[in-house]
Amino acid sequence: MTRWAMIADLRRCVGCQTCTAACKHTNATPPEVQWRRVLDMEVGEYPEVQRVFVPVGCMHCADPPCMHVCPSTATKQRADGIVTIDYDLCIGCAYCAVACPYQARYKTDKPSFAYGDGPIQSEAARFDDGRIGVATKCTFCSDRVDAGLEKGLTPGIDPEASPACVNSCIAKALHFGDVEDPASNVSQLLAENQYFRMHEELGTDPGFYYLWDKKPEKAA
Amino acid sequence: MSFGPNPWQQLHWDERAAANFMLGGTGAGLLVAWAVSSTVTPDWQGYLLAGMACIALGLGAVWLEIGRKLRAIHVFFHPQTSWMTREAMVAVILFGFGIAALGSGLRALGIAAALVALGFVYCQGRILRASKGIPAWREPTVTAFIVTTGLAEGGGAFLAASALVGGTQLPGLAFFALAAVARVLAWSRYRARLEHGLSKRALDTLNPAGRILVQLGTIVPLVLLLAGLALPEFARTAGIFAGLAALSAGWYLKFMLVTRAAFNQGFALPKLPVRGSR
Repeated sequence: MTRWAMIADLRRCVGCQTCTAACKHTNATPPEVQWRRVLDMEVGEYPEVQRVFVPVGCMHCADPPCMHVCPSTATKQRADGIVTIDYDLCIGCAYCAVACPYQARYKTDKPSFAYGDGPIQSEAARFDDGRIGVATKCTFCSDRVDAGLEKGLTPGIDPEASPACVNSCIAKALHFGDVEDPASNVSQLLAENQYFRMHEELGTDPGFYYLWDKKPEKAA
Repeated sequence: MSFGPNPWQQLHWDERAAANFMLGGTGAGLLVAWAVSSTVTPDWQGYLLAGMACIALGLGAVWLEIGRKLRAIHVFFHPQTSWMTREAMVAVILFGFGIAALGSGLRALGIAAALVALGFVYCQGRILRASKGIPAWREPTVTAFIVTTGLAEGGGAFLAASALVGGTQLPGLAFFALAAVARVLAWSRYRARLEHGLSKRALDTLNPAGRILVQLGTIVPLVLLLAGLALPEFARTAGIFAGLAALSAGWYLKFMLVTRAAFNQGFALPKLPVRGSR
């Protein structure tokens, strides 16, 4: 069984926000909607201060609270673990948004554009009224994944089959792949490194892993 | 808009959502309070109508908040796991019994509506509890608080209304007193469980509202009730003010819980990245 998952290597992320821009470009999200965003966190107190860049977004949980609370069945989970929203079913109650522990969901009640009240040419071309008044979030670029698989490509390895944020990452901090396949790129990374998942104590089983250090070498 | 790692107040559910919890709880509590006193309450249709009107207004407020109003019927699609769907379904059954009671004049159907109203306010408590993104809501004891405050608010509304139109009989007084005590106990338990795991700003918002609930919503009404029992000429005024005090304190706390103390938990890093060579 496949479960698509994402990895962010916190040692590598430089907070350039290229993934954020790539996501916005690919998914045509309006201002203030960032399906992939990168937190700039300052941790500690002087002189022991560390700056950490943390990519966040939908964690595509195995046990997603957003799906359980959704009254309209708009939020669903595919067999490969990707959590989806059917914009034609969603009523925009935002229950999923308050149920999500990762603040990954957005609801835009009216059209908004980057420059004033009207859309620029590219915004007008890609405006989707179906996304107004409903919940939206990261899709793991499922359309790219599906199209790539149809062509026999490997998501996470072949850029054409991989999420836009992963493709754009300048530092190779973001990775995507099948976490159920022991030979996959992401499984290898998880085997070689120490990792955590955000708010794991809530039992949502997120599909987004954060690498923070190498695994200690075993004593001979 | 900048989203930092620290908790911030959710903005998805506003006053309209709060109104559903305030009016829905009060309406359900009013129906239950009336049912408890139904054998000694002659003009029962008015209370039944008022309870259903409160619930309908609350649901109407939520309807104003949803993004796709013409698709509201989709709310019924997910009874398997969604407490919002269950709340909507229970509301339909409640209105069915209530309208049938009003139409037929059968008091028993009204009592059935009141029993279903208990289910309605329970669903409201579970709606909050299922909201895993908001620590103040997901605390399991929130359900008991939402149910008991609904009963206390409805009991207060019933007490005030019945005092206004004539006089409250013992069942109504006893129900109100018990509901007010149950509410303050549920609040204490809920508040104690929030002590660890809730942001300071959320606690700073809830604490004053909690004090109002204890003092204005519990102590003052119970003292007024006792005063009314001791001084019968004062009973009517005491009943009105006791009921309104319990009602307004519950509303205030629920309003604050939904619109001011609903901080998410932000983002937390259990480990920091180890950069460079070791």
